Amino acid sequence: MHISDYEKIVGKDIIHELKLISNKLKKKKIQCINSTKVGGGVAEILSRLIPLLNDLGIDATWDVITADPDYYNVTKAFHNALHGRKVEITQSMFDKFVSTGEDIAKRTDIYGDIVFVHDPQPIMLVEKKSNSSKWIWRCHVDVSSPYMEVWEFLRRFIEKYNCSVFSSPKFARELEIPQFLVAPSIDPFSEKNRELTPEEIDSVLKKYGIEKEKPIITQVSRFDYLKDPLGVIDAYRLVKKYIDCQLILAGNRAADDPETDIVLQDVMEKKGDDPDIHILLVEPERNDFDVNAIQRASDVVVQKSIKEGFAITITEALWKARPVVASAVGGIPLQISHRYSGILCHTVGGAALGIREVLNNPEYAKRIGRNGKEHIRRNFLSTRHLRDYMLLFLSLDNPEDIVYL
Amino acid sequence: MSRWTAKAKNPFDFFTSVKLRELTGKKACNLRELTAIIKEVPGSAIYYHTHVFLQKKQRLSPEPPNDFAYWISHVLGEYKLGEELASIDICEFSTIRELRERIITRIESHLFDRKESLRYAPPGREFEFIKAHSFVVPTGFKARSLKEFTMILEKITIHSIYFHIFEARLRLEKGINDFSFWIGTSANAPEVAHKIATLDPYTFTMEGLRRKIINLVADWGNEELKK
Repeated sequence: MHISDYEKIVGKDIIHELKLISNKLKKKKIQCINSTKVGGGVAEILSRLIPLLNDLGIDATWDVITADPDYYNVTKAFHNALHGRKVEITQSMFDKFVSTGEDIAKRTDIYGDIVFVHDPQPIMLVEKKSNSSKWIWRCHVDVSSPYMEVWEFLRRFIEKYNCSVFSSPKFARELEIPQFLVAPSIDPFSEKNRELTPEEIDSVLKKYGIEKEKPIITQVSRFDYLKDPLGVIDAYRLVKKYIDCQLILAGNRAADDPETDIVLQDVMEKKGDDPDIHILLVEPERNDFDVNAIQRASDVVVQKSIKEGFAITITEALWKARPVVASAVGGIPLQISHRYSGILCHTVGGAALGIREVLNNPEYAKRIGRNGKEHIRRNFLSTRHLRDYMLLFLSLDNPEDIVYL
Repeated sequence: MSRWTAKAKNPFDFFTSVKLRELTGKKACNLRELTAIIKEVPGSAIYYHTHVFLQKKQRLSPEPPNDFAYWISHVLGEYKLGEELASIDICEFSTIRELRERIITRIESHLFDRKESLRYAPPGREFEFIKAHSFVVPTGFKARSLKEFTMILEKITIHSIYFHIFEARLRLEKGINDFSFWIGTSANAPEVAHKIATLDPYTFTMEGLRRKIINLVADWGNEELKK
């Protein structure tokens, strides 16, 4: 993809602005470092943004650290601990982190004027920081209520960076270094978000045995009690009293989540023999395309979560101009203005009422869907992410509140 | 030559302003904490929380340009005070310092009059103070006449209009928006300058504001051509 391809989506004016900003970074070498080239949100974002930065004439590169599996077991445990999950952390895990971190630092060539390190795995590279380079630590994890021993351990490395970046104030913790905010984004050309033909959408509906003629209510999320799939079934049943509709609960199996099977079992039990409830375990390799088609085929998309991060599935649904009914938790109110670009709810009854209103009023549904798409276009696409990152790089040499470039 | 196409004394250089958000690390969970922090945070945080809605909801509904009002109403449930803060007419102020004083005065007088105990935000819904770094960049667009001015207004970003109307007047303390200043002093059309200066920009969507300014200038231009 080229930056000019985005003109037809965000407008010439926005692309012109990106070019103006990028001109100020032409002399900088940006080195991004993370722990994987494929899989996961960080790799997905970098694989999109690095070519766009290059296309804007910025010398940005992307390096990946390597380590043995034991190290990744430790960092996985740290990741869960940062999320506040109960995990056993031993002294030998801290020792392993430090010894491998030192080894990674020895093997990794640092050449950037700006070194942009993502997440905890490569965090110890900062020990190689020199006076001539600026270092940024990008945290993609919600560290608002971590297992403190792990946080305090990592903090001594984090505070050696020039600044840090978090996705939301809700995910951050107090630090001695500046903390910038860069919200997540979706890419309009990715497999999960690109336009689909009616034939492509129909092929997915056919594959899962979903009727086209009956209104479709969908929730896309992993099978987790915090996403309240049982509450969604309750809401669907309240709607079903008045409107003959179908419910799709679509998700995939998270390899690191042992709870999935227990939740799925409860969901299947609650579904009973209702043929209009479709529980879809989407194969990972088909996930993006199938989810795209299912979202586009839906008459209303629901996210009745009890707790949420940013809720990127809501961003995706709004981008597809779907009317969305979602709980007012986590990042959802940032994306939805109640009754203007979607409907916010707090209870099963509220969700059911919102769904009925949308299904019974197609014009209203179209209007809020259109507004939602516009909000995402302006605030949550990869072009905005690109702009924020460029400003972040510029801020390292320009810490003032008002900067004339 | 009509004033519509006449060359202005000085060209108008269009700038744009883009923002990077930074956490201040300060959080409030009740009105007393909120006022204490409002008194100490940098002006860039007050500016951010009274203007962020404008750029975010640029094409959607006109929004109350005030995070404090929203939080006080929807998190603390103090609707009367929330409305009082939302209705502060920011156009009355020419500096962030004055605006900050007004916000503090409104909240403190509310606290002074109240009989009930303080309300607290539930955990996770505290008011998080954020500040905005503004990066001001020349766009390369230059208007030499009012006709050119309207043509450029059609194609520049909303961020550019935002900068010249809101940020220049209040954050840079110029006292008047850049468009009115140039139209009145360089393009010799003080009547149009006055019309733009007396708009109520905080109640428009940003796209609505763009159209309003273009129409004001273009309608005036049509009248000029008839003369």
